[in-house]
Amino acid sequence: MKTRLFGAVAALALLAACSNTDQNAATGAGGAGTVRPGTQEDLVANVGDRVFFDFDSSVIRADQRPVLQRQAQWMGTHSSVRVQVEGHADERGTREYNLALGQRRANAARDALVAGGVNGARITTISYGKDRPAGLGSDEASWAQNRRAVTVVQ
Amino acid sequence: MNPDCNFTFTRRRVLAGAGVGLVAPGIFATPLPALAQQPQGAVIDITRARTDPIPVAIPDLAGAGDGARVGRDIARVIQANLRNSGLFRPVDRQAFIQTAEAAAQTPRFQDWRVIGAQALVTGRVVEQGGSLRVEFRLWDVLPESQLQGTAFTAPAANWRRIAHLISDVIYERLLGEKGYFDTRVVYVSETGPRDRRTRRLAIMDQDGENHRFLTDGRFAALTPRFHPSAERIAFMSYQDRGQPRVVLFDIGSGAQQVLGNFPGMTLSPRFSPDGRSVVLSATRGGDANIYVVDIASRRERQLTSGGGLDVSPCFSPDGTQIVFNSDRGGDQQLYVMDAGGGSPRRISFGRGRYATPVWSPRGDLIAFTRFGGGGFAIGVMRPDGSGERILSEGWAMEGPTFAPNGRVLMFYRESRADSRGGGYSARIVSIDIAGFNERPIPTPTDATDPAWSPLLS
Repeated sequence: MKTRLFGAVAALALLAACSNTDQNAATGAGGAGTVRPGTQEDLVANVGDRVFFDFDSSVIRADQRPVLQRQAQWMGTHSSVRVQVEGHADERGTREYNLALGQRRANAARDALVAGGVNGARITTISYGKDRPAGLGSDEASWAQNRRAVTVVQ
Repeated sequence: MNPDCNFTFTRRRVLAGAGVGLVAPGIFATPLPALAQQPQGAVIDITRARTDPIPVAIPDLAGAGDGARVGRDIARVIQANLRNSGLFRPVDRQAFIQTAEAAAQTPRFQDWRVIGAQALVTGRVVEQGGSLRVEFRLWDVLPESQLQGTAFTAPAANWRRIAHLISDVIYERLLGEKGYFDTRVVYVSETGPRDRRTRRLAIMDQDGENHRFLTDGRFAALTPRFHPSAERIAFMSYQDRGQPRVVLFDIGSGAQQVLGNFPGMTLSPRFSPDGRSVVLSATRGGDANIYVVDIASRRERQLTSGGGLDVSPCFSPDGTQIVFNSDRGGDQQLYVMDAGGGSPRRISFGRGRYATPVWSPRGDLIAFTRFGGGGFAIGVMRPDGSGERILSEGWAMEGPTFAPNGRVLMFYRESRADSRGGGYSARIVSIDIAGFNERPIPTPTDATDPAWSPLLS
């Protein structure tokens, strides 16, 4: 229950960010219902672009597995799409360790996509550790949003 | 052999007055004739310093015209250095009886004794045609003896450097161990909102002066560390958008080159004490292992293996061992292994997780970040894991780095952000390894990942 709420909040936050950065594209497009298939906006609105992790863990949680299954199906539909999986960590750790932890999370999400039938050559990974938080606060709600792997269309 | 040893020897010899020589680019030192008897060795036991900072009088160095201005500026830098160390107490200038000009001629020791000074610094500055001659003498007030007399000649632009060199001489003569004032700090300057920060390398003197940026912020730069020569650094760069990597950076020319030929991310670099190799962590799949890379041949050697995250390696100052942190036992702890690899032994057993170990240049301590429960702490322990002491605690702090004499640490502190990221700040602070005298280092922006250079001369 709690985690699903965080997921929804994170997705909303990302939509808001997209409409800010891609204002030209978004203006007149008319909202999430008319996004172009196979784009990041499509992934965010109709599939879910991110999964969340427990503290200091890179194990894909049972409640997050369906997101990666949907992503794998989506990549099967859009077979020319290539993605980069970004791994992130919350601020409750040191910078260097969290870079390694973010890499391990990105790798776990990548492995799940490959297990779902995606060719590994279509997926790259990168870690930003704790240095690109989605939630800006120093509180558990933000940290839960920040322990994440985000799939980004290239 | 460690090239540092030669530098150290030259510096000590010149500054102790045994010869004439170049102590830094453009700065020559010569001994001054003694005006009084010169005893051997340090006069004050440093173990007393914690509770009893040494009262030292630092009148302006005498001079005429521009010389007077430079003499005042040099005295103020020396005073700030000594005060900031926490081991000296500059005597209030208002109390001075003898004038700076007269003291530079012949100190009237009675005048300095009655205002409580144990040591006295006098000197004279002559500025001529853009070059400086700075004469400096250090006096032990009670026995009325001269501890040091040195004349520096240098381009006028180097006045601040001379002030740091003099500060180091005073520190060494009065405490019996080398100082750390003629040093620089490289760090990560951070600006912008928390989710879209710009992270640039910047470099400054240890007191925050002579600040300048080394990278322009078009890519993120993290965790810079000095080469033993202080002329190069290694850091982690996001310039390659596909994969962040450890890069070598020449401070003078700005030239950069990627280190090694690893398929994945490389991070947490540190130079070996001889400067010939870099120890770092490299990821492959979901693991991170420690490698050492020979800089000249670029040959890589893997030192750890297995399913854990092994990061933040650091050599012992004699180059024979490496400390790092790993989650191989469940959560992050500190491990020490031989520099050639071999089975690591765990050294941290306190409560919480341990990270970012860094070996003291003296070899006697390992500083670390500890976290768990409600907050973070910076502490030290002996290399065998015994004698753990926490120096500072707070909401968030990490990344200790030692002064070259092993007596002072810098690290960075972060404040807690509200739910919208407001109220967040990151600041470099320094602290004595006895756990007192924590003080902020001034930086123009938020600052993280400090690395303290070796002595520059």
